[in-house]
Amino acid sequence: MRLYLQKNHYGDYGDGHAGGLEQDANQDQQKQWPLWEVFMRSKQGLDHKHAGSLHAADATMALENARDVYTRRNEGVSIWVVESKHIHASDPDAAAEFFEPANDKIYRHPSFYDLPDSLKHM
Amino acid sequence: MDQTANQLQDQFQQRIDLEQKIEPKDWMPEKYRQTLIRQISQHAHSEIIGMLPEGNWITRAPSLKRKAILLAKVQDEAGHGLYLYSAAETLGISRDEMYEQLHSGKAKYSSIFNYPTLSWADMGAIGWLVDGAAIMNQVPLCRTSFGPYARAMVRVCKEESFHQRQGFECLLQLSKGSEVQRQMCQDAINRWWWPSLMMFGPKDDESPNSKLSMQWKIKRFTNDELRQKFVDMIAEQIKLLNMVLPDPELTWNEQTKHYDYGAINWEEFKQVIQGNGPCNKERLEARKKAWADGAWVRDAAIAHATKQAKRKAAAQTYSAKETE
Repeated sequence: MRLYLQKNHYGDYGDGHAGGLEQDANQDQQKQWPLWEVFMRSKQGLDHKHAGSLHAADATMALENARDVYTRRNEGVSIWVVESKHIHASDPDAAAEFFEPANDKIYRHPSFYDLPDSLKHM
Repeated sequence: MDQTANQLQDQFQQRIDLEQKIEPKDWMPEKYRQTLIRQISQHAHSEIIGMLPEGNWITRAPSLKRKAILLAKVQDEAGHGLYLYSAAETLGISRDEMYEQLHSGKAKYSSIFNYPTLSWADMGAIGWLVDGAAIMNQVPLCRTSFGPYARAMVRVCKEESFHQRQGFECLLQLSKGSEVQRQMCQDAINRWWWPSLMMFGPKDDESPNSKLSMQWKIKRFTNDELRQKFVDMIAEQIKLLNMVLPDPELTWNEQTKHYDYGAINWEEFKQVIQGNGPCNKERLEARKKAWADGAWVRDAAIAHATKQAKRKAAAQTYSAKETE
């Protein structure tokens, strides 16, 4: 089984966004604020869902900016932020092979089973 | 090699035709990428520059309520710019590159923001007409073929509706006010009507990029189609204000079931695009000044974050030694 996770995919962003604070060799030369991905829980009981991204100097600022950019109308009750460079993504070019194992297993779906109509509560 | 390129090209078009969204890491023609970078960044710049004409009235809003509304609206414009910038970044252009293109004049923004905001009524007219025109453009963009752009537009559209409604309400109040207020209302409509029509871009037969954008489903309707929809909508809405649109040729056409309208002054449009509008210089200067004045804040934030990260690392090393 091949490992399809590639270090060079930062979610939706390319390698150009790889440079974060602690990774940069010339820390004092760092000019651009790193990119962060924002995940939001819209209400208690639901999953955090990707909302978008933003630039911030550190995690505290990323959270505050995320609040201002993505929750101006109470869209969230909880926010996660993670620097985009820490996200590993599957390779879309290899998506066909990567997800292939699930393709021929139709018996995993309830509709695969042909049962009499008289059978109730199932 | 060429054959592979053609194959990819065909597969890409097939996906578009099947209404499948294109995501950032998917293969796409270079022209598609460049068209989107241009369109999305231009759109983002418009949101950011769009804060300036309205920011002009925040300190002079006639009441605390209106001031709070205007502040919220301007803050929304900033948010819209940020959604769009990050959508554009997925195509491989950095935020700083986009700023650079705006500041150098290489990238354009909507010509409408190069007009001055002379009276309070302009805040109403901008909300109703300018944001109204923007919504006409933006609603179909929620279904645009590029995923991140479409998702950003869904957010934008949800918020734009408030902008348009507050604008109309602002004018409605003025239209029921004193004679001076009514004149102010009519004057703002007179000044913003034609530039709003220009927001939809050149006529279809003079819009070179349109055909490919339609084929790629970046655009869903042509400039003229959207402009006509807008005219039909506003021509009805203005009746509630008891005001008139500054176009003597505006008439209902029973055959086409649309409003006919007069000729747009395309020379003016061209001049404003080329940098000769009433406020082009002022807007760009304000933007560049804000960027330059903010440099020390950006640097300080990075310095602070770096220092904190070093301290944290040092503390961790220390406590690791302690426990040894």
